[in-house]
Amino acid sequence: MEYFLQQLINGLTLGAIYGLIAIGYTMVYGIIGMINFAHGEIYMIGAFISFIAFLVLGAIGVTWVPLALAIVLVVAMLFTSVYGWTVERLAYRPLRGSFRLAPLISAIGMSIFLQNYVQLLQGARVKPLQPIVTGGFVIMEGGGFSVYLSYLQIIIIVVTTVLMAMFWAILSRTSFGRAQRACQQDRTMAGLVGVNVDRTISLTFVAGAALAAVAGLMVTLHYGVIDFFIGFLAGLKAFTAAVLGGIGSLPGAMLGGVLIGLIEAFWSAYFDVEYKDVAAFGILILVLVFKPTGLLGRPEIEKV
Amino acid sequence: MLTVRGVHTFYGNIEALRGVDLDVAAGEIVSLIGANGAGKSTLLMTICGNPRAARGTISFEGEDITHEETYRIVRRGIAQAPEGRRIFPHMTVIENLQLGALVAPEEHFEDDLRRVFELFPRLRERQTQRGGTLSGGEQQMLAIGRALMSRPRLLLLDEPSLGLAPLVVRQIYDVVREINEQQHVTIFLVEQNAFNALRLAHRGYVMVTGRITMTGTGRELLTNREVRAAYLEGGQPTVRVGG
Repeated sequence: MEYFLQQLINGLTLGAIYGLIAIGYTMVYGIIGMINFAHGEIYMIGAFISFIAFLVLGAIGVTWVPLALAIVLVVAMLFTSVYGWTVERLAYRPLRGSFRLAPLISAIGMSIFLQNYVQLLQGARVKPLQPIVTGGFVIMEGGGFSVYLSYLQIIIIVVTTVLMAMFWAILSRTSFGRAQRACQQDRTMAGLVGVNVDRTISLTFVAGAALAAVAGLMVTLHYGVIDFFIGFLAGLKAFTAAVLGGIGSLPGAMLGGVLIGLIEAFWSAYFDVEYKDVAAFGILILVLVFKPTGLLGRPEIEKV
Repeated sequence: MLTVRGVHTFYGNIEALRGVDLDVAAGEIVSLIGANGAGKSTLLMTICGNPRAARGTISFEGEDITHEETYRIVRRGIAQAPEGRRIFPHMTVIENLQLGALVAPEEHFEDDLRRVFELFPRLRERQTQRGGTLSGGEQQMLAIGRALMSRPRLLLLDEPSLGLAPLVVRQIYDVVREINEQQHVTIFLVEQNAFNALRLAHRGYVMVTGRITMTGTGRELLTNREVRAAYLEGGQPTVRVGG
């Protein structure tokens, strides 16, 4: 029981991070119908920006942890958004209206480019960061096993939940949210009611990148090591989460993220940890075969 | 108000418009009739800049809008209830109307909403229903209502009677006239249903394969022998408005 509870906590923490990245995939797919394969790299860049920001803050003597965290959060979101915006502007917008595969190929190219760009600038070696948020408490003990909840896990889950709730509110309540959903449902008509479609698409990339930056920050804090290649696997996992939840669906991305996190945690705990990625990607295959619309996705409506 | 000169539009290699000249003056109701595939809807979409005219010019209130972005054209005061109505299917009636009001000043929203509900009481009843679940007639009302929410000076209507029951068609045409007479919105209407469209219109145009072939007042066209043969007697008016 205690062991199970511990895995639940670990799975939720991991799932929250996947969920944040998955939102970027699902929103972009929703609005322009393409999988932004460079999104994992955006997350990786978010992690690097967080890492650099921590070093800079450390160097100038900002050591009060809550303040440092808040500053890094904002800085990472801002700078990573710029990357998200630029990627769309350079690699996807010129191809809009081109054949369907073109932006996909461009996305893969962008992904390779960003990996190499970070590798060149930052080096290929793994970057360690000293633990910034330490401590936690035991919430339950028994059977020679204690369930431990770290402060960092609390931060991750709280920040993620708050951001998702904010994002959800923006989409469902504000004028920008309506314009965004209008573009998802009918881009031509959105233009006809006066929505600046290009700008809405740009902002979707910006929002997705900002959330991925938060995921990058959380991972940097959680694992304490990053390198230029972390975006690949995390990106694929988050993509799997988006597909599992139903690509194009915002609640689906959140749910899918949590489920993938839990599956990984429990698989590692009860089965062979070496195969945890197999478990996650096995799910992807099963979903694609048996329920391609995912758990909360809606079927494509044929437009006549 | 709207001037179209020598406009050519292509869909890929297909030349859908082959040099269209057309005018709509402020306060008018102008109808464009023509068979399926003549290019009527293409003309409305070209006026809104999607697709763009390959050649020729379109100007609105004296300013050239041929190369403007769609959303800028809409902000000038041109609204369209397009072919197929294009209601946002997963949004409620209210949200669809809010989107219509996107380019209008916010302080008018409540008044405009009330006015649309007065024109189409059915929409008030369906407020919280999703657009995709409405009937065809209700969707058409919503499409026109959504267009009106932007406070347009020129309203483009694409086949508002298509697929609707005669009684609903009559309601919609009555509302179109009301919008024109009481709210002074200029109306450019495209129809296959020539009889209704020409009866309503001050002036009309006939389009055949991407060209304007005839023009005149609504009455002139209604009594014209060629028009009657091609669009009225042969094409059977589906409904007679106002008996």
